[in-house]
Amino acid sequence: MKRNILEYLEQTAARYPEKTAFANESMGMTFSEVYQASRSIGTCLAEKGYGKEPVVIYMKKHPHMIAAFWGVVYSGCFYVPMDEEMPEFRIELIFQNLHPRAVICDGDTQDKVRALEDFDGEILSYDEICGYPCNDLVLDQIRQRSIDTDPVYIVFTSGSTGVPKGVAACHRSVIDYVESLTEVLGVTEDSVLANQTPLYFDACLKELFSSLKCGATTYLVPKQLFMFPVRLVEFLNEHKINTVCWVVSALTMISSMKTFDKVVPKYLHTIAFGSEVFPIRQFNLWRKTLPNARFINLYGPTEATGMSCYYEVDREFEETDVIPIGRPFKNTEILLLDRDDQIPPAGEPGEICIRGTALTLGYYNNPEKTDEVFVQNPLNHSYHELIYRTGDIGKLNERGELVFLSRKDYQIKHMGHRIELGEIEVHVNRIEGIRSACCIYDKETEKIVLFYVGETDQKDLVVALRKKLPRYMIPNHVYVLERMPLTANGKIDRLKLRQINDEKKRRK
Amino acid sequence: MEPLLEILKNLHPEIDFNTCETLIDDGLIDSFDIVTIISEINEEYDVVIPAEEIVPDNFNSAKALYDLVTRLEDE
Repeated sequence: MKRNILEYLEQTAARYPEKTAFANESMGMTFSEVYQASRSIGTCLAEKGYGKEPVVIYMKKHPHMIAAFWGVVYSGCFYVPMDEEMPEFRIELIFQNLHPRAVICDGDTQDKVRALEDFDGEILSYDEICGYPCNDLVLDQIRQRSIDTDPVYIVFTSGSTGVPKGVAACHRSVIDYVESLTEVLGVTEDSVLANQTPLYFDACLKELFSSLKCGATTYLVPKQLFMFPVRLVEFLNEHKINTVCWVVSALTMISSMKTFDKVVPKYLHTIAFGSEVFPIRQFNLWRKTLPNARFINLYGPTEATGMSCYYEVDREFEETDVIPIGRPFKNTEILLLDRDDQIPPAGEPGEICIRGTALTLGYYNNPEKTDEVFVQNPLNHSYHELIYRTGDIGKLNERGELVFLSRKDYQIKHMGHRIELGEIEVHVNRIEGIRSACCIYDKETEKIVLFYVGETDQKDLVVALRKKLPRYMIPNHVYVLERMPLTANGKIDRLKLRQINDEKKRRK
Repeated sequence: MEPLLEILKNLHPEIDFNTCETLIDDGLIDSFDIVTIISEINEEYDVVIPAEEIVPDNFNSAKALYDLVTRLEDE
């Protein structure tokens, strides 16, 4: 039984030392190089006195960044990957939550960290620490003291109050997830994966751990290629990519542009997708193009470590159908709970709640938010048992498969990103001259639509917002109103806003 | 060209599309934008941009994009 994720790296580095583990378009690192670099980084951090604390990794997406992840884990600390393009304001919010004493940077990011006002910790350069003399004794001692409920990482997710929440996951949860996931995906040493998702979310665990556990090779796809579908597919073919786990919007970008008329990803045999509903018309284009490939829908919140449920497509889908999210991974249970915290009759909707080892440790330095959603299983009155309340509403279909229906709050999925509309609104409201603001999500056009009342003009508003929020959270349409429509009890009338939005679309 | 500039300005009010020629090279627009631009061009000009034309050179400036649209309209 594994107790530490590094056992995967150690076993695979011994078995396939010279095989490429992680690569991008211009370089690659073998398992042995990843092993050496991460043990060096681990030793360096430990000898500098860091341990059992968050270490921020603020680098551009690169195989070195991945080696830095495992380096931090070797030191007994937990890594916090950051988005290199994140606005400074958001970095500061995250640093206020973490109080990190050390940040690992590359050449491009060092100055950005130095410019942070509140940060007075140590800035470590990857290039300088990756060749640090490794001390096996120190690393052995750290391993002996570590237990499988120690955190591996913290990743930040959107928070409705305007402050991102850091989800901390431990070794035991990650191992539980990796074992189930690689089995479902059928990952072997022959798998070649192309990573699409950013390294600062847990979504990338699918590729990183497929490599670490099975000896598969993972290519980091240059982000720019996701704008140019023909080149993207050529990249997949050039590197003989056979497995992808991408957000739906990356897959539909290819199929909707008629790319398959020109070029087909001919080595692909396993396509996992998630984070969003796959429009059936686009899905069927993929299936027609790759009739022998396996298609797997994945579902799961960051709070339950990566993914919790899967469904492997085993039948035809009509355009009005919805691809189910299927059933939970091994060692995970899904409970559907109705408003009275009871299990609804079969086929009736309920909140998707998750039970199992995959439950993360909750939100870092945020017990209030943690206690709101990591709660005692209401069906268990006999002993302590936490479940995670996802806020997603689902039901079982007539085949007994779980189907996602909707959200019970204002959280949305936009281009694969999980966003609290409330977080956008908080930042709009803080801009000078804004009196009131409300966001809705237009599912049909997949646009975030912002309505506001105030003197600020639209351009200034967007410019100000870009300094506060990541790119994917910037509203796609911004409308100024004379006054905000309100419901009888004084709340913003979102139904009315939807009508106004529909009206604007019609006039276009 | 006005409707195209309008589409672009709605996406990025802070960029001067009359002069900028490095929209892709300098990472000023991303895949979100490309998808939006293509679908809005389709609505506005009734032109489908084929996959092989979705390359950096055609998206680096408003002018390059407009030339592409006119070329496709003529075909």
